[in-house]
Amino acid sequence: MTLHPMIAALRRHKAGVVLIALQIALTLAIVCNAVFIIGQRIERVHRPTGLDENNLFLVSQQWVGAPSGDDPGSVEKLDSMQQADLAALRGLPDVASVAPINSLPLLNSSWNGAVDLKPGDKGQGSFRGTRTTYYFSDEQALSTLGLRLVAGRNFTAADVGHQGFRDQGEPTQVILTKALGDKLFPKGDALGKVIFLNGATTPTTIIGLVERMQVPGTGSWTNAFVWNATLAPTRLDANFARYAIRAKPGRLDAAMRAVTPALYATNPLRVLDDDSVKSFADIRAEAYRADVGMAILMGVVCLILLAVTAAGIVGLTSFWVGQRHRQIGVRRALGARKIDILHYFQIENLVIASVGAVIGLMLAVGLNLLLMKSFEMDRLPAAYVLIGIVVVLALGQGAVFVPARRASNVPPVVATRAA
Amino acid sequence: MFAYYLDLALRSLRRNKVLTTLMVLALALGIGATITTLTVLRLLSGDPLPQKSAQLFYPQLDPNEKDGYIAGQTEPAPTMTYVDAMNLLHAHRATRQVAMALSQAKVLPQQGGDHPFFSDAVMTTADFFAMFDAPFQYGNGWAAADDDSGAQLVVIAGFLNDKLFGGANSVGKTIRLNDRDFRIVGVLKPWAPQPRFYAQDLGGRSYGDGDAVFLPLRTARAVDMGPQDTECYAAVTDIKHLETAPCMWLGVWVELVDDAAVAGYKSFLSSYAQQQIAQGRFQRPETALLDLMGWLRDQQVVPDDVRLQAGLAFGFLLICVVNTVGLLLAKCLRRSQEIGVRRALGATRREIFTQFMVEAAIVGMAGGVLGLLFAELGLLGIRHQPAEYASLAHLDLGMFLFTFVVALGASLIAGILPAWRACVLAPAPQLKAA
Repeated sequence: MTLHPMIAALRRHKAGVVLIALQIALTLAIVCNAVFIIGQRIERVHRPTGLDENNLFLVSQQWVGAPSGDDPGSVEKLDSMQQADLAALRGLPDVASVAPINSLPLLNSSWNGAVDLKPGDKGQGSFRGTRTTYYFSDEQALSTLGLRLVAGRNFTAADVGHQGFRDQGEPTQVILTKALGDKLFPKGDALGKVIFLNGATTPTTIIGLVERMQVPGTGSWTNAFVWNATLAPTRLDANFARYAIRAKPGRLDAAMRAVTPALYATNPLRVLDDDSVKSFADIRAEAYRADVGMAILMGVVCLILLAVTAAGIVGLTSFWVGQRHRQIGVRRALGARKIDILHYFQIENLVIASVGAVIGLMLAVGLNLLLMKSFEMDRLPAAYVLIGIVVVLALGQGAVFVPARRASNVPPVVATRAA
Repeated sequence: MFAYYLDLALRSLRRNKVLTTLMVLALALGIGATITTLTVLRLLSGDPLPQKSAQLFYPQLDPNEKDGYIAGQTEPAPTMTYVDAMNLLHAHRATRQVAMALSQAKVLPQQGGDHPFFSDAVMTTADFFAMFDAPFQYGNGWAAADDDSGAQLVVIAGFLNDKLFGGANSVGKTIRLNDRDFRIVGVLKPWAPQPRFYAQDLGGRSYGDGDAVFLPLRTARAVDMGPQDTECYAAVTDIKHLETAPCMWLGVWVELVDDAAVAGYKSFLSSYAQQQIAQGRFQRPETALLDLMGWLRDQQVVPDDVRLQAGLAFGFLLICVVNTVGLLLAKCLRRSQEIGVRRALGATRREIFTQFMVEAAIVGMAGGVLGLLFAELGLLGIRHQPAEYASLAHLDLGMFLFTFVVALGASLIAGILPAWRACVLAPAPQLKAA
């Protein structure tokens, strides 16, 4: 079959052709970009934190009437209150291990700073070096959080110190994430090396490396250092404390229920409300709720768009079939088979959809550039556009099939009837 | 004549129910999506204090180091140090001036048995309530003298008064905050401007409930309440004494009644920055004085996702309109013979055009009604989202009417091409063909 008569026929329906092509182009442009956004959100939501997230939960609480923590005496008092809580929690039957910690990945409450290979000159300007987030915890951090040590050793109980929340001292030993270690020592030999934290003049030794641990922040401002975490063997003493708790397998609910009464029994003067005891699953869901919502919304809109476009194609093609009823009869009478008529309408749609797809491709790239300018968006990968083109072409073929088959069922005898 | 067109249009729409349903449904989906996202967008970018916002200004200075400064390009810092905030306040160059920071207060209920809880607190100065038109249920704010004396006074929000005192007049009673007793001097009526313009860049949320307690800044600092957000521009040796540390943690607002006052304050700010440079405290001369709405725009308070959704909805509506054009075109060209007969019997082109536009308008109105339903459903969905602005998402009268403007506009634009094609058809060939 040659395309020539088909093109000639299309020229008699300029408006309809333009409308279908335009609709396909716009749909392609929007769907490509929307699916790209969905893909990015899903990728973000599914990146592993490096923690073993099952059976893990967090308790955040604050004491009432606690000492200020500004003098050594009151720091000791706060530390003994924290130790009492830890002992009570570790004694619970459903609890496997407990670690005091200042924050957790995805919690969006962070203590950030910088590490450098050279000592700082304190008092002069901002911190140099590589950005990192700090987790202050103790020797049970690795087992409680389920972090995987890939080099060196864990902290021992003897390594763990404590200091007031506002004290300036830096730890002498730290465990880094492998990502941070490799960034500081690109040869991969970070273990045992000396670094300087937050522009300190005293050195800190890297005693271990963990495979992976995400920073607490989930905003785009953390993108530059999302895997750069530093674990310090320090209990922070303040009028508030957070405890990461690993429940025994399958005992998460029981352990979470047991925590509040146990803490009130230790000391009733504290703020401990519904939000204070949270499973890690909830922390994760909360951190990514907006992303998941956006992905679902975009997905629904894409489906509706495709449906609307398909409906438009069905409507216009049905009209053309009705209009060319007699011509189809003539072609059948002159020897065209049913399949030839079917193919005619299918190829006609393919031609229109291809034109639409080419325009849509340009619109998609243009829209992507516009989004990159006004939002934080990456360049649209070619694969998305190519898959999008295949989808709209397939959509066109699917939509045209019903009216095209009706056309192919027009009997040749129609040609003999009066017009 | 119009009634006749209406009758014709309804007959024509009834004749092809599937096509009509398809058109109405597509248009309604597009309109529903557009109205839902526009309602949210309008809500989020609204004016929190319409009667006052033009007179409220947010001064900015820049105590940062010279490093990285590009004249004319680097924007001044979003918050202020205590020293600068107090200097501006004590200069009294504006009708009113206020400094503030956000904090958390531990509230200990007096009734036995209730556990303590956290409340959002604002540490501020005396002018706050008059400047932002915060309405009082009982009592008043504190006096300017109390700012300096460090008196343990507090203004509480109505919802906290309901919770602690059952809604009774609690002025003169005490409330225990962060382990100290404070005397209540005022109780606010429900007050929660949206967006929470004064919370921008101070570590607070941008939308949602109002704050629960308002305390004099100096008093709050004396009982060791800290700001939610602190930005330091040099190494800090003593983070406890934020008043003297090289850290920015306060927002300052000034009330300026006219253009002359604004110009005067601008030149005051620049001369202040120059004076600080001369003293060696500042290295950068940049200052800014944005009005309230300008500050909200500068802060990009409307979340990116919401703007993205609105853009997506408009794209959606555009496709739905193109779709409606196509379907209307198909419908009216199929009726070429009918048009031919009407033309032959004396109908003018104009009458044919009007007839088809009426038909498009009916589709539009139906799409509008159904779209309104979809918009209500969409807003219901948004109210069940965890976003901080969720509870505010309602359709108001303006958006209700706007829905029909959009629906009619979209359908009439969609109807122009088909109606024009219908009215230029030559009648004779159509009659012959029949």
